[in-house]
Amino acid sequence: MKLAGMLLLLAGWVIVVSALALFARPGPRDLFVLAGLGVELLGLMLAFRGSARSPREAK
Amino acid sequence: MTPYPAAFDLPVLASMALVAIIPLALAGFVLMNTGLGRTRSAAHSMLGSLAAIAVAALVFCVVGFSWEGVAGGSSHTLTIAGSHWDWLARVPFCLLGLSPGGTRTNLAVLLQVFAVGLAALIPLSAGADRWRLSASCFSTALLAGWTYPLFAHWVWGGGWLAQLGSNYGLGRGFLDAGGAGAIQVVGGLTALSVVWIIGPRRGKFAQDGIAPAIPGHNIVYVLFGALLVLPGWIALNAACAILFAGAPPAQIPLIALNTMLSAAAGCMAAVLITRLRFAKPDASLSANGWMGGLVASSAVGSFVSPMVAIGVGMIAGVLVTFSVELLELRLAVDDPGGAISVHAVAGIWGLLAVGFFVPGQSLAQVVGVATLLGLVLPLTYGLNWLLDRVFPQRTDRDGERLGMDLHELGAGAYPEFMIHNEEFVER
Repeated sequence: MKLAGMLLLLAGWVIVVSALALFARPGPRDLFVLAGLGVELLGLMLAFRGSARSPREAK
Repeated sequence: MTPYPAAFDLPVLASMALVAIIPLALAGFVLMNTGLGRTRSAAHSMLGSLAAIAVAALVFCVVGFSWEGVAGGSSHTLTIAGSHWDWLARVPFCLLGLSPGGTRTNLAVLLQVFAVGLAALIPLSAGADRWRLSASCFSTALLAGWTYPLFAHWVWGGGWLAQLGSNYGLGRGFLDAGGAGAIQVVGGLTALSVVWIIGPRRGKFAQDGIAPAIPGHNIVYVLFGALLVLPGWIALNAACAILFAGAPPAQIPLIALNTMLSAAAGCMAAVLITRLRFAKPDASLSANGWMGGLVASSAVGSFVSPMVAIGVGMIAGVLVTFSVELLELRLAVDDPGGAISVHAVAGIWGLLAVGFFVPGQSLAQVVGVATLLGLVLPLTYGLNWLLDRVFPQRTDRDGERLGMDLHELGAGAYPEFMIHNEEFVER
């Protein structure tokens, strides 16, 4: 799960960078940058969930 | 290699005076980290901090600066859709390209040595009581030799984040005048990676799901450290603004005022919140609120009015207070010093706040924050994960049971203290 989170973080960043390079108009560019950030936040949540230990593991 | 004039001028002289004060920030921070840790790891914490600062300085000068470079220096660029993206500096290793004579470039290197030392101390705080000394040195080398210089080049070395304004019309490009991103968030995200890899201290998250508090051993160190950090932080914010953001020396008083006010607001926010929630103010969380205000001021200090700095610092203090609890109780992240909340959370807030209060900056700031989360975090996690495969970073069971002082150094920090038997009972 943590690996998936890390991959989502990277994917989000690629969306952000691609939006800058591909869209000249501010509207779609801003939208895609925010979408990329959203993907990163999902990845961060996934990474945190993957790291949280269950009580049994934490023993 | 030296795009700046070789002669001394007022900004160089002012920066030189400021840079000499920055080590106070490191000293205060080390004291805070040690105070927030346990008695049985105090000497280990102090030696680890000294070693981290030393390793960071050496590795940065041998390798790191060649990736970071200075704005206007030679670099590797990539042309995408007609725009030149500056990815990496191209400077000789071992500082071989530096010329004598007190240029701005030499001063920038000296400032960076202190800055990377400060960034290296942040993960130490999060890994307290269980991170091996040798492993922390290797991890620091990765931070100083690769992660930090890469992002610092993009922001301060004329890299693609700094070019967002000229290439895509995003305001003045990503603004990080005092190192909230390049120093604090990079250090904070490295701390998060390290904590994820080495795991929590034994007994921190019990079988019933309750996370017992493990209080710091010396709150006087913590609070005195917070005071000691202040002059160093003012100097750091001002010197970075002059050397990397082109601020005139006349702006130093405003930067100092904003830094102080932001810290004060952060501290008072934490005092009030803990007073309201727990009936009494919590000293360590209040010190963390103060630090959160300082971290946020590194982003906004050069660009906003004092009243806005107060607001930004206050929100940073609130965020730090709740973030410490969220990380520990909900996300099972064991961060003894609150480093992730103070440096990553407050740093990201400060960078975004620049977008709120400086017209036309919002998207550039979002892109910078997205780069920190989307590239720097996976990069630093990956590097530390690989290091852990080769060289395990967490100490063994004996290390945690005896304490890092006895286990790794052979002697405690306070040899005349009575050690209670229950400290050696296996949980």
